[in-house]
Amino acid sequence: MNKQVEFKNHQREIFHFQLRLVVSIGFVLVLLAILLIRFVYLQAVRHSYYQTLAESNRIFIVPIVPNRGLILDRNGVELARNFSGYTLEIKPNQTADVEATINELSTLIEVTQKDRKRFKKQLAESRNFETLMIRSRLSDEEAARFVAQQYRFPGVEIKARLFRDYPFGEKTAHLIGYIGRINQTDMKLLEDSDLASNYRGSDYIGKTGLEQSYESELHGTTGIEQVEVDAGGRAVRMLSSVAPVSGNTLVLSIDVKLQEIAEQSFGDYRGALVAIDPNNGDVLAFVSKPGYDPNPFIDGIDTQSWDELNNSPDVPLNNRALRGQYPPGSTIKPFMALAGLNFNTRTPEETISDQGVFYLPGSSRQYRDWKVGGHGSVNMFKAITVSCDTYFYGLATELGIDNIFNYLSRFGFGKKTGIDLEGETPGLLPSQEWKMKRYQQIWYPGDTVSVGIGQGYNLVTPLQLAFATATLANNGVAYKPHLVKEVRSLRSSENRFIAKDPIYGLNIDPAHLDLVKRAMVAVTQPGGTAVYASLGTPYHIAGKTGTAQVIAMKQGEKYDADKIDERHRDHAWFIAFAPAEQPKIALVVLVENGGHGGSTAAPIARKVLDYYLLGKVPKPLAVAEVKEAGEHD
Amino acid sequence: MIRRQLWQRLTAHIDRPLMLGIVLLLLTSLLVLYSADNASLSQPLNQVRNIAVALTCMWLVANLPLHYLMRTAVPIYVFGMVLLIAVALFGEISHGARRWLNLGVTTIQPSELMKVGVPLMMAWYFEKNEATLTLKNYFVAALLLLLPVALIARQPDLGTSLLISASGFYVLFLAGLSWRVIGGLFVAGLASAPILWSVLHDYQRHRILMLFDPSQDALGNGYHTIQATIAVGSGGILGKGYLNGTQTHLDFLPERTTDFIFAVYSEEFGLIGNLILLSLYAFVVMRGFIITGNASTYFTRLMAGSITLTFATYTFVNMGMVSGILPVVGVPLPLISYGGTSMLTLLLGFGLLMSIETHKKLVKT
Repeated sequence: MNKQVEFKNHQREIFHFQLRLVVSIGFVLVLLAILLIRFVYLQAVRHSYYQTLAESNRIFIVPIVPNRGLILDRNGVELARNFSGYTLEIKPNQTADVEATINELSTLIEVTQKDRKRFKKQLAESRNFETLMIRSRLSDEEAARFVAQQYRFPGVEIKARLFRDYPFGEKTAHLIGYIGRINQTDMKLLEDSDLASNYRGSDYIGKTGLEQSYESELHGTTGIEQVEVDAGGRAVRMLSSVAPVSGNTLVLSIDVKLQEIAEQSFGDYRGALVAIDPNNGDVLAFVSKPGYDPNPFIDGIDTQSWDELNNSPDVPLNNRALRGQYPPGSTIKPFMALAGLNFNTRTPEETISDQGVFYLPGSSRQYRDWKVGGHGSVNMFKAITVSCDTYFYGLATELGIDNIFNYLSRFGFGKKTGIDLEGETPGLLPSQEWKMKRYQQIWYPGDTVSVGIGQGYNLVTPLQLAFATATLANNGVAYKPHLVKEVRSLRSSENRFIAKDPIYGLNIDPAHLDLVKRAMVAVTQPGGTAVYASLGTPYHIAGKTGTAQVIAMKQGEKYDADKIDERHRDHAWFIAFAPAEQPKIALVVLVENGGHGGSTAAPIARKVLDYYLLGKVPKPLAVAEVKEAGEHD
Repeated sequence: MIRRQLWQRLTAHIDRPLMLGIVLLLLTSLLVLYSADNASLSQPLNQVRNIAVALTCMWLVANLPLHYLMRTAVPIYVFGMVLLIAVALFGEISHGARRWLNLGVTTIQPSELMKVGVPLMMAWYFEKNEATLTLKNYFVAALLLLLPVALIARQPDLGTSLLISASGFYVLFLAGLSWRVIGGLFVAGLASAPILWSVLHDYQRHRILMLFDPSQDALGNGYHTIQATIAVGSGGILGKGYLNGTQTHLDFLPERTTDFIFAVYSEEFGLIGNLILLSLYAFVVMRGFIITGNASTYFTRLMAGSITLTFATYTFVNMGMVSGILPVVGVPLPLISYGGTSMLTLLLGFGLLMSIETHKKLVKT
């Protein structure tokens, strides 16, 4: 019985399935019919219409590339500009023998070995059907010579183009970045974000720096030209066009004169300088030394020059201001002092007796002060002024890492500042949680001691430290640092300003601020660690020196700069703001392997401050002018 | 004599009529590619390599007995789901879409695998529960389909998720999902269209709108549609002749060796050519339906039917897109467009069909 039911079911199922199959066949026939009707409509009914379109009226849609937006400094000086010129271009898929063509061309026009290498590199990376440049910036005479002989070179053409140019070269390289030819990776990125049609005809795209970060503002909107072409594909007449819209102009907060002075003041030293207007977050100068010339990158740098830059021990391609992470050294002390006051760990009056060595309770490990024998009786004011390590070892220990972490992160340590430049690194503000995650180890009291003088796990970028200094200068009211002040649109003649509201305010007790700021002014006065910084200035500089160790010292070993390989010498820091009473500028100077902050970093800061506040242009001078003044950190 | 025996042994599991249709389509592919690549041999030769690899795989699958095939259903599906979840969690975001999984050596796109994995799994599930099918089983099967589809749609890859939905729906349909439910789904689909519209990405809406007014996007996809329609229309009844398509050879046609290769064919061979090509596709599809009708088990019927209908759908979607009645989605023309991945997936499907046809005598019902 049971079996019979199943058997019947099976029969019925087969029948049902065959019914479904018939419906499926019907479905496919309907699809087929739709296509058939469409083909008959297009190819029989409307054939003559489409034939006219295809044969008598060949319309090419030609993209018109918009002019890239300019980049100006705050006073309108051009930092990135365009100029027009001729290029010689080859369509490899229309040229029988590319090598022979280039050889032939070189009899008419100078084609250097570098040009050939660059061309080969482009050929290897090129998209299909692309025209590749063999020579750029042809002189009028060269252009004329080629045009006369053009018939000999099928697939080679001369084009009028706009070239990008960075007049300040390596002085603004890390800031402005550069554009380069669109490669396959860029193309894929554009396609996936559905921007590919706006880049039809465009050859360049921002690769680094502001050129990259503001690509969407700078590129503009591609125009369209409908052109009628003859049977050979040559343009006969223009039918209609939609004009391209030029990219927007960026007006930076940078003062390029200040930037130049800062750059020159470094001399042969490597390092970084970031200057910020604490009242609004305008970045006034943004230097990373050494720089590099961005101009050769535009049309593809040749391999040899690239290797030189890339393998140089000076790492000129590294943006130190944005991405360099260094121990903050003693520049952390003013912030540490504020933390101590904030948590009532120390009162301003409390003094310690500094014998030059600090011990953790119950430990024999020595934490030495930079000054052998110590500074004697030290209160907070003096601790900042003379940069007393022992005082801050104790303060940090009493604060504990949790309080330090909480308080310092308010000043942006360990976090990206959010500046409008891609690739920022976050630095490192250590915490118990971080250490467990990173090393699977608990936090030891000894870890806190060295954090107190900025020599522990902590790392900062020059930009980050500049942001913290500006926030301190502005009494705890923080502005997000920004390089672009204003975006000017040609289309709407409307100017957009980058947000100028503070991002947050730290409620710092004015009495605490007053103490720390006065102590920082004293740093640049006789008795402080950076006395030369403010020698003879009509304004007051609040500052703090710092050194960041490159190699660790063994217990009981003495640091002797002369005995150490130059690249292992300490990095020198100087943070400052001025005028101390009403700050208009806050800055950070880092000199790699510069030794003491007071002797190498502070003089650079002084020149920048003198120019910005007094309009004083320094005479060309060597950085080592202020030699061994006997100051220490 | 020995040679003949060897030949017979080798081709024992190759379905002759289906193979004939496939070979004719593949030859057409090479012919059109030569023209589309501006009379160059570079892409046709690469395509020969793609075809050789895919045919070998097809032969292997065709020789695989059916119970092996069934056994692969669950592992393939589970593996595919794991990969899809892995993609959702830590897939590489390649410019806004999370589709790829970086395995260190290579990056893979698990949604490709699911094109085969989903119908296979659903057919397996129905076979397991054949004796006692209730509405609940359809619901579970629909869930088996919707989970991967939702993950793929989230990536976002709307095109692939719709195509997988279609092949899964065919399994449900062939398994006998009641007409009332189908009707209900259809109405629900229409009703939810406005909601769907609101969750679409801007660029996806843009592509649909463009169908009504291609001139809106004259530098991008709209341009593709305009130029492809001109190519098809100007082909006329007899076509412009092989290697004589002006749209093709004056660089008007974009992506003419891949997604838009049908425009090249249509321009050069005209309406007559289109009729011949449609007949070829119809022949392959009909052979697929015959194999489906002959299939001996529930699993193989569902599998064969779904493969056949999916093949027909891909063909329709591509030709519809090129002739301007469907939006531009990245679907190649089956067996003709240039490309290794789609060639492999398609011929694997045909391998399955051949295995179903040639092993049926060995399976007892």
